Amino acid sequence: MEHTVKAFEEDITRLRGLIAEMGGLAELSVQEALEAIVNGDEELGQRVITRDKEIDALEMEIDRLAVRTIALRAPMADDLREVIAALKIAGVVERIGDYAKNIAKRVNRIEGRRRFEPLAMIPEMGEVAVEMVHDVLTAYAARDPLLAKEVIARDARVDAFYDSIFRNVVTHMVENPATIGSAAQLLFIARNIERVGDHATNVAEMVHFAATGVYPPDRDASGN
Amino acid sequence: MKMNMMEPNTAEAETAGDAPSPKISARDVSVYYGEKKAIDNVSIDVFTRYVTAFIGPSGCGKSTFLRTLNRMNDTISSARVDGEILLDGEDIYRSKMDVVQLRARVGMVFQKPNPFPKSIYENIAYGPRIHGISSTKSELDGIVEQSLQRAGLWNEVKDRLNDSGTALSGGQQQRLCIARAIAVDPEVILMDEPCSALDPIATARIEELIDELRGRYAIVIVTHSMQQAARVSQRTAFFHMGNLVEYGKTSDIFTNPREERTKDYITGRYG
Repeated sequence: MEHTVKAFEEDITRLRGLIAEMGGLAELSVQEALEAIVNGDEELGQRVITRDKEIDALEMEIDRLAVRTIALRAPMADDLREVIAALKIAGVVERIGDYAKNIAKRVNRIEGRRRFEPLAMIPEMGEVAVEMVHDVLTAYAARDPLLAKEVIARDARVDAFYDSIFRNVVTHMVENPATIGSAAQLLFIARNIERVGDHATNVAEMVHFAATGVYPPDRDASGN
Repeated sequence: MKMNMMEPNTAEAETAGDAPSPKISARDVSVYYGEKKAIDNVSIDVFTRYVTAFIGPSGCGKSTFLRTLNRMNDTISSARVDGEILLDGEDIYRSKMDVVQLRARVGMVFQKPNPFPKSIYENIAYGPRIHGISSTKSELDGIVEQSLQRAGLWNEVKDRLNDSGTALSGGQQQRLCIARAIAVDPEVILMDEPCSALDPIATARIEELIDELRGRYAIVIVTHSMQQAARVSQRTAFFHMGNLVEYGKTSDIFTNPREERTKDYITGRYG
Protein backbone atom coordinates (compact mmCIF):
# COMPACT_ATOMS: atom_id res chain seq x y z
CA MET A 1 0.00 0.00 0.00
CA GLU A 2 1.21 3.53 -0.76
CA HIS A 3 1.54 6.33 1.76
CA THR A 4 -1.57 8.44 2.07
CA VAL A 5 0.71 11.49 1.89
CA LYS A 6 2.09 11.29 -1.67
CA ALA A 7 5.09 13.52 -1.03
CA PHE A 8 6.33 11.03 1.57
CA GLU A 9 6.15 8.28 -1.03
CA GLU A 10 8.15 10.48 -3.39
CA ASP A 11 10.85 11.15 -0.79
CA ILE A 12 11.36 7.45 -0.15
CA THR A 13 11.41 6.68 -3.87
CA ARG A 14 13.94 9.43 -4.48
CA LEU A 15 16.13 8.18 -1.64
CA ARG A 16 16.10 4.68 -3.09
CA GLY A 17 16.88 6.05 -6.54
CA LEU A 18 19.91 7.94 -5.23
CA ILE A 19 21.25 4.84 -3.48
CA ALA A 20 20.84 2.85 -6.68
CA GLU A 21 22.62 5.55 -8.68
CA MET A 22 25.46 5.88 -6.18
CA GLY A 23 25.85 2.11 -5.89
CA GLY A 24 25.92 1.74 -9.66
CA LEU A 25 28.74 4.28 -9.92
CA ALA A 26 30.74 2.59 -7.15
CA GLU A 27 30.31 -0.81 -8.77
CA LEU A 28 31.48 0.58 -12.11
CA SER A 29 34.46 2.24 -10.43
CA VAL A 30 35.66 -0.96 -8.77
CA GLN A 31 35.29 -2.82 -12.03
CA GLU A 32 37.13 -0.19 -14.09
CA ALA A 33 39.85 0.29 -11.49
CA LEU A 34 40.69 -3.39 -11.71
CA GLU A 35 40.60 -3.28 -15.51
CA ALA A 36 42.94 -0.30 -15.43
CA ILE A 37 45.35 -2.11 -13.11
CA VAL A 38 45.43 -5.29 -15.13
CA ASN A 39 45.82 -3.47 -18.47
CA GLY A 40 47.92 -0.60 -17.24
CA ASP A 41 45.27 1.79 -18.58
CA GLU A 42 46.06 5.14 -16.97
CA GLU A 43 43.28 6.96 -18.75
CA LEU A 44 40.68 4.59 -17.38
CA GLY A 45 42.30 4.89 -13.94
CA GLN A 46 41.95 8.65 -14.16
CA ARG A 47 38.26 8.35 -14.99
CA VAL A 48 37.77 6.27 -11.85
CA ILE A 49 39.56 8.88 -9.77
CA THR A 50 37.42 11.67 -11.21
CA ARG A 51 34.21 9.74 -10.70
CA ASP A 52 34.82 9.54 -6.95
CA LYS A 53 33.75 13.18 -6.63
CA GLU A 54 30.36 12.29 -8.12
CA ILE A 55 30.00 9.45 -5.63
CA ASP A 56 30.88 11.78 -2.74
CA ALA A 57 28.36 14.34 -3.96
CA LEU A 58 25.66 11.68 -4.08
CA GLU A 59 26.45 10.65 -0.53
CA MET A 60 25.92 14.21 0.64
CA GLU A 61 22.67 14.44 -1.25
CA ILE A 62 21.45 11.21 0.35
CA ASP A 63 22.45 12.49 3.80
CA ARG A 64 20.53 15.69 3.28
CA LEU A 65 17.44 13.94 1.97
CA ALA A 66 17.49 11.33 4.75
CA VAL A 67 17.81 13.98 7.46
CA ARG A 68 15.05 16.02 5.86
CA THR A 69 12.79 12.99 5.62
CA ILE A 70 13.34 12.14 9.27
CA ALA A 71 12.69 15.73 10.32
CA LEU A 72 9.65 16.40 8.17
CA ARG A 73 7.98 13.00 7.86
CA ALA A 74 8.88 11.30 11.14
CA PRO A 75 9.04 7.89 9.45
CA MET A 76 8.07 4.81 11.44
CA ALA A 77 8.65 1.07 11.27
CA ASP A 78 9.96 -0.13 7.90
CA ASP A 79 10.04 3.44 6.58
CA LEU A 80 12.29 4.44 9.46
CA ARG A 81 14.53 1.43 8.93
CA GLU A 82 14.65 2.23 5.23
CA VAL A 83 15.80 5.81 5.81
CA ILE A 84 18.35 4.82 8.45
CA ALA A 85 19.66 2.05 6.19
CA ALA A 86 19.94 4.50 3.27
CA LEU A 87 21.97 6.83 5.45
CA LYS A 88 24.35 4.06 6.47
CA ILE A 89 24.51 2.38 3.07
CA ALA A 90 25.48 5.71 1.50
CA GLY A 91 28.40 5.94 3.92
CA VAL A 92 29.56 2.43 3.12
CA VAL A 93 29.18 2.84 -0.64
CA GLU A 94 31.23 6.01 -0.41
CA ARG A 95 34.01 3.90 1.14
CA ILE A 96 33.72 1.39 -1.69
CA GLY A 97 34.23 4.30 -4.09
CA ASP A 98 37.33 5.30 -2.12
CA TYR A 99 38.79 1.81 -2.46
CA ALA A 100 38.20 1.92 -6.20
CA LYS A 101 39.97 5.28 -6.34
CA ASN A 102 42.81 3.94 -4.23
CA ILE A 103 43.23 0.99 -6.61
CA ALA A 104 43.10 3.30 -9.64
CA LYS A 105 45.86 5.49 -8.18
CA ARG A 106 48.24 2.54 -8.32
CA VAL A 107 47.96 1.93 -12.08
CA ASN A 108 51.33 3.46 -12.95
CA ARG A 109 53.09 1.99 -9.93
CA ILE A 110 53.11 -1.55 -11.24
CA GLU A 111 56.00 -2.33 -13.52
CA GLY A 112 56.67 -5.23 -15.88
CA ARG A 113 53.06 -6.33 -16.01
CA ARG A 114 53.55 -9.26 -18.39
CA ARG A 115 56.14 -11.02 -16.27
CA PHE A 116 54.36 -10.25 -13.02
CA GLU A 117 52.48 -13.49 -12.30
CA PRO A 118 50.59 -12.61 -9.08
CA LEU A 119 48.67 -10.01 -11.07
CA ALA A 120 46.83 -12.83 -12.79
CA MET A 121 44.83 -13.60 -9.65
CA ILE A 122 43.47 -10.07 -9.29
CA PRO A 123 40.72 -10.18 -11.96
CA GLU A 124 39.15 -13.29 -10.51
CA MET A 125 39.16 -11.95 -6.96
CA GLY A 126 37.88 -8.63 -8.25
CA GLU A 127 35.07 -10.31 -10.09
CA VAL A 128 33.75 -11.92 -6.92
CA ALA A 129 33.87 -8.58 -5.07
CA VAL A 130 32.24 -6.64 -7.92
CA GLU A 131 29.50 -9.26 -8.11
CA MET A 132 28.91 -8.88 -4.40
CA VAL A 133 28.46 -5.13 -4.85
CA HIS A 134 26.20 -5.70 -7.84
CA ASP A 135 24.04 -8.28 -6.09
CA VAL A 136 23.76 -6.35 -2.86
CA LEU A 137 22.38 -3.41 -4.83
CA THR A 138 19.91 -5.75 -6.51
CA ALA A 139 18.95 -7.05 -3.05
CA TYR A 140 18.49 -3.46 -1.90
CA ALA A 141 16.29 -2.55 -4.85
CA ALA A 142 14.18 -5.70 -4.39
CA ARG A 143 14.24 -5.53 -0.56
CA ASP A 144 15.38 -9.14 -0.75
CA PRO A 145 16.84 -10.43 2.53
CA LEU A 146 17.65 -13.85 1.05
CA LEU A 147 19.87 -12.43 -1.66
CA ALA A 148 21.47 -10.21 1.00
CA LYS A 149 22.33 -13.29 3.02
CA GLU A 150 23.76 -14.94 -0.05
CA VAL A 151 26.05 -11.94 -0.60
CA ILE A 152 27.23 -12.17 2.99
CA ALA A 153 28.12 -15.83 2.51
CA ARG A 154 30.27 -14.96 -0.50
CA ASP A 155 32.60 -12.74 1.54
CA ALA A 156 34.49 -15.84 2.69
CA ARG A 157 35.57 -16.44 -0.92
CA VAL A 158 37.02 -12.96 -1.20
CA ASP A 159 38.86 -13.48 2.08
CA ALA A 160 40.24 -16.78 0.83
CA PHE A 161 41.45 -15.06 -2.35
CA TYR A 162 43.18 -12.45 -0.27
CA ASP A 163 45.01 -15.06 1.80
CA SER A 164 46.05 -16.88 -1.31
CA ILE A 165 47.29 -13.72 -3.07
CA PHE A 166 49.12 -12.67 0.08
CA ARG A 167 51.06 -15.95 0.22
CA ASN A 168 51.74 -15.82 -3.51
CA VAL A 169 53.00 -12.26 -3.46
CA VAL A 170 55.25 -12.88 -0.48
CA THR A 171 56.76 -15.89 -2.24
CA HIS A 172 57.17 -13.78 -5.35
CA MET A 173 58.91 -11.07 -3.34
CA VAL A 174 61.38 -13.55 -1.93
CA GLU A 175 62.16 -14.95 -5.35
CA ASN A 176 62.12 -11.67 -7.27
CA PRO A 177 63.48 -8.91 -5.08
CA ALA A 178 63.62 -6.59 -8.09
CA THR A 179 59.81 -6.39 -8.27
CA ILE A 180 59.20 -5.90 -4.57
CA GLY A 181 57.82 -2.41 -5.16
CA SER A 182 55.17 -3.64 -7.61
CA ALA A 183 54.44 -6.62 -5.40
CA ALA A 184 53.79 -4.37 -2.42
CA GLN A 185 51.41 -2.30 -4.57
CA LEU A 186 49.61 -5.48 -5.45
CA LEU A 187 49.19 -6.37 -1.80
CA PHE A 188 47.51 -3.04 -1.19
CA ILE A 189 45.25 -3.62 -4.16
CA ALA A 190 44.28 -7.09 -2.94
CA ARG A 191 43.63 -5.61 0.48
CA ASN A 192 41.40 -2.95 -1.07
CA ILE A 193 39.38 -5.59 -2.93
CA GLU A 194 39.05 -7.54 0.29
CA ARG A 195 37.68 -4.40 1.97
CA VAL A 196 35.20 -3.90 -0.88
CA GLY A 197 33.91 -7.40 -0.09
CA ASP A 198 33.61 -6.52 3.60
CA HIS A 199 31.71 -3.37 2.80
CA ALA A 200 29.37 -5.16 0.41
CA THR A 201 28.74 -7.48 3.36
CA ASN A 202 27.95 -4.49 5.58
CA VAL A 203 25.50 -3.18 3.03
CA ALA A 204 23.92 -6.64 2.82
CA GLU A 205 23.39 -6.62 6.59
CA MET A 206 21.65 -3.25 6.37
CA VAL A 207 19.50 -4.43 3.48
CA HIS A 208 18.48 -7.41 5.61
CA PHE A 209 17.79 -5.12 8.55
CA ALA A 210 15.75 -2.66 6.51
CA ALA A 211 13.69 -5.46 5.01
CA THR A 212 13.10 -7.55 8.12
CA GLY A 213 13.88 -5.44 11.20
CA VAL A 214 16.60 -7.82 12.35
CA TYR A 215 20.21 -8.40 11.37
CA PRO A 216 21.12 -11.67 9.71
CA PRO A 217 21.79 -14.21 12.47
CA ASP A 218 25.45 -14.86 11.63
CA ARG A 219 26.55 -11.28 11.27
CA ASP A 220 29.03 -11.54 14.12
CA ALA A 221 30.54 -14.65 12.57
CA SER A 222 31.14 -12.96 9.23
CA GLY A 223 34.55 -11.94 10.51
CA ASN A 224 34.76 -8.30 9.49
CA MET B 1 30.03 -3.25 15.02
CA LYS B 2 26.99 -3.60 17.21
CA MET B 3 23.98 -1.62 16.17
CA ASN B 4 21.42 -0.99 18.85
CA MET B 5 19.96 2.03 17.19
CA MET B 6 16.50 0.57 17.28
CA GLU B 7 16.55 0.09 21.02
CA PRO B 8 14.10 2.25 22.93
CA ASN B 9 15.22 5.79 23.55
CA THR B 10 12.83 6.20 26.42
CA ALA B 11 14.02 5.00 29.79
CA GLU B 12 12.47 1.57 29.93
CA ALA B 13 11.47 0.07 33.23
CA GLU B 14 12.64 -3.26 31.97
CA THR B 15 14.66 -4.44 34.90
CA ALA B 16 11.79 -6.30 36.49
CA GLY B 17 10.59 -7.53 33.11
CA ASP B 18 6.96 -8.41 32.94
CA ALA B 19 7.27 -10.61 35.99
CA PRO B 20 5.07 -8.49 38.32
CA SER B 21 1.40 -9.28 38.17
CA PRO B 22 -0.69 -6.95 36.03
CA LYS B 23 -2.46 -4.03 37.65
CA ILE B 24 -5.36 -4.39 35.28
CA SER B 25 -6.06 -7.56 33.40
CA ALA B 26 -8.78 -7.52 30.76
CA ARG B 27 -9.98 -10.93 29.62
CA ASP B 28 -12.13 -11.50 26.52
CA VAL B 29 -13.75 -8.11 26.81
CA SER B 30 -16.44 -7.19 24.32
CA VAL B 31 -18.41 -3.95 24.47
CA TYR B 32 -21.73 -3.39 22.77
CA TYR B 33 -23.64 -0.20 22.14
CA GLY B 34 -27.09 -1.68 21.66
CA GLU B 35 -26.67 -4.18 18.83
CA LYS B 36 -23.38 -2.74 17.65
CA LYS B 37 -20.22 -4.44 18.84
CA ALA B 38 -17.66 -1.70 19.54
CA ILE B 39 -14.98 -3.91 21.12
CA ASP B 40 -14.47 -7.48 20.05
CA ASN B 41 -12.95 -9.90 22.51
CA VAL B 42 -9.99 -7.89 23.76
CA SER B 43 -7.52 -9.28 26.29
CA ILE B 44 -4.71 -7.11 27.61
CA ASP B 45 -2.61 -6.65 30.74
CA VAL B 46 -1.62 -3.24 32.04
CA PHE B 47 1.25 -2.84 34.48
CA THR B 48 2.26 -0.36 37.16
CA ARG B 49 5.27 1.80 36.26
CA TYR B 50 4.39 1.51 32.59
CA VAL B 51 2.70 4.00 30.37
CA THR B 52 0.49 2.02 28.03
CA ALA B 53 -0.64 3.85 24.91
CA PHE B 54 -3.75 2.95 22.95
CA ILE B 55 -3.52 4.03 19.33
CA GLY B 56 -5.72 3.54 16.32
CA PRO B 57 -7.96 5.42 13.91
CA SER B 58 -11.12 7.19 15.04
CA GLY B 59 -13.86 4.73 15.82
CA CYS B 60 -11.45 1.85 16.44
CA GLY B 61 -12.73 1.45 19.98
CA LYS B 62 -9.69 2.64 21.91
CA SER B 63 -11.59 5.27 23.92
CA THR B 64 -14.49 2.89 24.47
CA PHE B 65 -12.10 0.30 25.81
CA LEU B 66 -10.32 2.86 28.01
CA ARG B 67 -13.63 3.84 29.54
CA THR B 68 -14.48 0.27 30.43
CA LEU B 69 -11.44 0.22 32.69
CA ASN B 70 -13.16 2.40 35.28
CA ARG B 71 -16.75 1.75 34.22
CA MET B 72 -17.28 5.14 32.63
CA ASN B 73 -19.46 3.35 30.08
CA ASP B 74 -21.98 2.68 32.87
CA THR B 75 -23.32 6.16 32.20
CA ILE B 76 -24.32 5.11 28.68
CA SER B 77 -27.52 3.11 29.09
CA SER B 78 -27.18 1.13 25.84
CA ALA B 79 -23.62 0.04 26.60
CA ARG B 80 -22.98 -3.53 27.71
CA VAL B 81 -19.66 -5.10 28.68
CA ASP B 82 -18.87 -8.81 28.40
CA GLY B 83 -15.79 -10.56 29.74
CA GLU B 84 -13.85 -9.62 32.83
CA ILE B 85 -11.73 -6.69 33.84
CA LEU B 86 -9.63 -7.50 36.86
CA LEU B 87 -8.11 -4.79 39.02
CA ASP B 88 -5.53 -6.54 41.20
CA GLY B 89 -7.37 -9.76 40.41
CA GLU B 90 -10.80 -8.46 41.34
CA ASP B 91 -13.51 -8.20 38.69
CA ILE B 92 -14.62 -4.57 38.61
CA TYR B 93 -17.93 -5.38 36.93
CA ARG B 94 -19.10 -8.37 38.88
CA SER B 95 -17.75 -7.98 42.37
CA LYS B 96 -19.45 -5.82 44.94
CA MET B 97 -17.00 -3.07 44.07
CA ASP B 98 -18.33 0.42 44.68
CA VAL B 99 -18.10 2.43 41.46
CA VAL B 100 -17.18 5.64 43.24
CA GLN B 101 -14.42 3.80 45.05
CA LEU B 102 -13.32 2.23 41.76
CA ARG B 103 -12.99 5.62 40.10
CA ALA B 104 -10.85 6.85 42.95
CA ARG B 105 -8.53 3.90 42.37
CA VAL B 106 -8.70 4.27 38.59
CA GLY B 107 -8.69 8.00 37.92
CA MET B 108 -9.36 9.66 34.62
CA VAL B 109 -8.17 12.74 32.75
CA PHE B 110 -10.16 13.87 29.73
CA GLN B 111 -9.43 15.43 26.39
CA LYS B 112 -10.62 18.88 27.34
CA PRO B 113 -9.51 20.11 30.74
CA ASN B 114 -12.61 20.13 32.90
CA PRO B 115 -11.83 21.76 36.23
CA PHE B 116 -14.78 22.41 38.54
CA PRO B 117 -15.86 26.06 38.47
CA LYS B 118 -14.39 26.45 41.91
CA SER B 119 -11.10 27.55 43.38
CA ILE B 120 -7.87 25.76 42.54
CA TYR B 121 -7.75 24.56 46.14
CA GLU B 122 -11.29 23.19 46.04
CA ASN B 123 -10.65 21.38 42.76
CA ILE B 124 -8.01 19.28 44.50
CA ALA B 125 -9.62 19.08 47.94
CA TYR B 126 -13.00 17.89 46.70
CA GLY B 127 -11.99 14.27 46.02
CA PRO B 128 -10.07 13.58 49.23
CA ARG B 129 -12.91 15.16 51.20
CA ILE B 130 -15.73 13.07 49.71
CA HIS B 131 -13.66 9.93 49.84
CA GLY B 132 -12.93 10.62 53.48
CA ILE B 133 -9.19 10.47 52.85
CA SER B 134 -8.53 13.47 55.06
CA SER B 135 -10.42 14.97 57.95
CA THR B 136 -8.44 17.93 59.12
CA LYS B 137 -7.69 21.17 57.31
CA SER B 138 -3.95 20.75 57.67
CA GLU B 139 -4.10 17.24 56.27
CA LEU B 140 -6.10 18.54 53.31
CA ASP B 141 -3.63 21.41 52.83
CA GLY B 142 -0.87 18.84 52.66
CA ILE B 143 -2.68 16.76 50.04
CA VAL B 144 -3.43 19.84 47.93
CA GLU B 145 0.18 20.94 48.00
CA GLN B 146 1.56 17.46 47.33
CA SER B 147 -0.83 16.84 44.45
CA LEU B 148 -0.04 20.18 42.84
CA GLN B 149 3.66 19.50 43.35
CA ARG B 150 3.42 16.13 41.65
CA ALA B 151 1.44 17.64 38.81
CA GLY B 152 4.16 20.26 38.39
CA LEU B 153 1.74 23.11 39.04
CA TRP B 154 2.52 24.13 42.61
CA ASN B 155 5.03 26.88 41.87
CA GLU B 156 2.69 28.48 39.37
CA VAL B 157 -0.39 28.55 41.61
CA LYS B 158 0.78 28.45 45.22
CA ASP B 159 0.05 32.16 45.74
CA ARG B 160 -3.42 32.04 44.21
CA LEU B 161 -5.00 28.85 45.45
CA ASN B 162 -8.29 30.67 45.90
CA ASP B 163 -8.48 31.79 42.28
CA SER B 164 -10.89 29.92 40.06
CA GLY B 165 -9.52 26.80 38.40
CA THR B 166 -11.11 27.87 35.14
CA ALA B 167 -9.00 31.05 35.09
CA LEU B 168 -5.84 29.03 34.45
CA SER B 169 -4.39 28.47 30.98
CA GLY B 170 -5.37 25.30 29.08
CA GLY B 171 -2.15 23.49 29.96
CA GLN B 172 -2.41 24.54 33.60
CA GLN B 173 -6.03 23.42 33.71
CA GLN B 174 -5.03 20.01 32.41
CA ARG B 175 -2.31 19.73 35.03
CA LEU B 176 -4.89 20.79 37.60
CA CYS B 177 -7.10 17.91 36.42
CA ILE B 178 -4.15 15.54 36.75
CA ALA B 179 -3.50 16.91 40.25
CA ARG B 180 -7.17 16.36 41.03
CA ALA B 181 -6.92 12.76 39.82
CA ILE B 182 -3.83 11.99 41.89
CA ALA B 183 -5.17 13.72 45.03
CA VAL B 184 -7.26 10.65 45.87
CA ASP B 185 -4.16 8.46 45.66
CA PRO B 186 -5.18 6.34 42.66
CA GLU B 187 -3.42 3.24 41.38
CA VAL B 188 -4.22 3.74 37.73
CA ILE B 189 -4.63 6.94 35.71
CA LEU B 190 -6.55 6.80 32.45
CA MET B 191 -5.94 9.66 30.03
CA ASP B 192 -8.14 10.19 27.02
CA GLU B 193 -6.23 12.41 24.58
CA PRO B 194 -4.96 14.63 27.40
CA CYS B 195 -2.96 16.91 25.11
CA SER B 196 -5.12 17.30 22.04
CA ALA B 197 -6.38 20.71 23.15
CA LEU B 198 -2.95 21.96 24.22
CA ASP B 199 -0.11 23.79 22.49
CA PRO B 200 3.31 22.11 22.05
CA ILE B 201 4.81 23.61 25.19
CA ALA B 202 1.89 22.61 27.41
CA THR B 203 1.97 19.21 25.69
CA ALA B 204 5.66 18.75 26.47
CA ARG B 205 4.98 19.64 30.12
CA ILE B 206 2.21 17.05 30.34
CA GLU B 207 4.38 14.44 28.66
CA GLU B 208 7.20 15.13 31.08
CA LEU B 209 4.68 14.88 33.92
CA ILE B 210 3.38 11.54 32.60
CA ASP B 211 6.92 10.23 32.60
CA GLU B 212 7.42 11.32 36.22
CA LEU B 213 4.08 9.92 37.34
CA ARG B 214 4.63 6.51 35.84
CA GLY B 215 7.09 5.67 38.61
CA ARG B 216 4.09 5.51 40.92
CA TYR B 217 1.06 4.56 38.87
CA ALA B 218 -0.09 2.50 35.95
CA ILE B 219 -0.93 5.01 33.22
CA VAL B 220 -3.05 4.29 30.19
CA ILE B 221 -3.22 6.97 27.53
CA VAL B 222 -5.35 7.17 24.42
CA THR B 223 -3.74 9.36 21.80
CA HIS B 224 -4.17 10.19 18.15
CA SER B 225 -0.59 11.33 17.97
CA MET B 226 1.66 8.40 17.20
CA GLN B 227 4.64 10.57 17.96
CA GLN B 228 3.20 11.14 21.41
CA ALA B 229 2.61 7.42 21.93
CA ALA B 230 6.20 6.80 20.87
CA ARG B 231 7.49 9.50 23.19
CA VAL B 232 5.61 8.74 26.39
CA SER B 233 4.77 5.05 26.44
CA GLN B 234 6.63 1.83 27.10
CA ARG B 235 3.84 -0.37 25.80
CA THR B 236 1.62 0.31 22.82
CA ALA B 237 -1.65 -1.31 21.83
CA PHE B 238 -2.99 -0.83 18.31
CA PHE B 239 -6.75 -1.03 17.94
CA HIS B 240 -8.55 -1.36 14.65
CA MET B 241 -12.27 -1.80 14.10
CA GLY B 242 -12.88 -2.95 17.65
CA ASN B 243 -10.02 -5.43 17.65
CA LEU B 244 -6.76 -5.32 19.50
CA VAL B 245 -4.47 -5.94 16.53
CA GLU B 246 -1.12 -5.80 18.26
CA TYR B 247 0.22 -5.09 21.72
CA GLY B 248 3.89 -4.92 22.57
CA LYS B 249 6.91 -2.88 23.55
CA THR B 250 6.55 0.61 22.11
CA SER B 251 10.03 0.40 20.61
CA ASP B 252 9.06 -2.77 18.75
CA ILE B 253 5.71 -1.46 17.58
CA PHE B 254 7.27 1.64 16.06
CA THR B 255 10.38 0.06 14.57
CA ASN B 256 9.29 -3.42 13.63
CA PRO B 257 5.58 -4.17 14.09
CA ARG B 258 4.56 -7.77 13.52
CA GLU B 259 1.18 -7.09 11.99
CA GLU B 260 0.69 -5.63 8.53
CA ARG B 261 -2.28 -3.55 9.71
CA THR B 262 -0.17 -1.98 12.47
CA LYS B 263 2.60 -1.21 10.01
CA ASP B 264 0.25 0.39 7.50
CA TYR B 265 -1.28 2.57 10.21
CA ILE B 266 1.89 3.80 11.86
CA THR B 267 3.69 4.43 8.59
CA GLY B 268 0.80 6.50 7.26
CA ARG B 269 -0.70 4.08 4.75
CA TYR B 270 -4.39 4.48 5.34
CA GLY B 271 -6.38 2.23 3.06
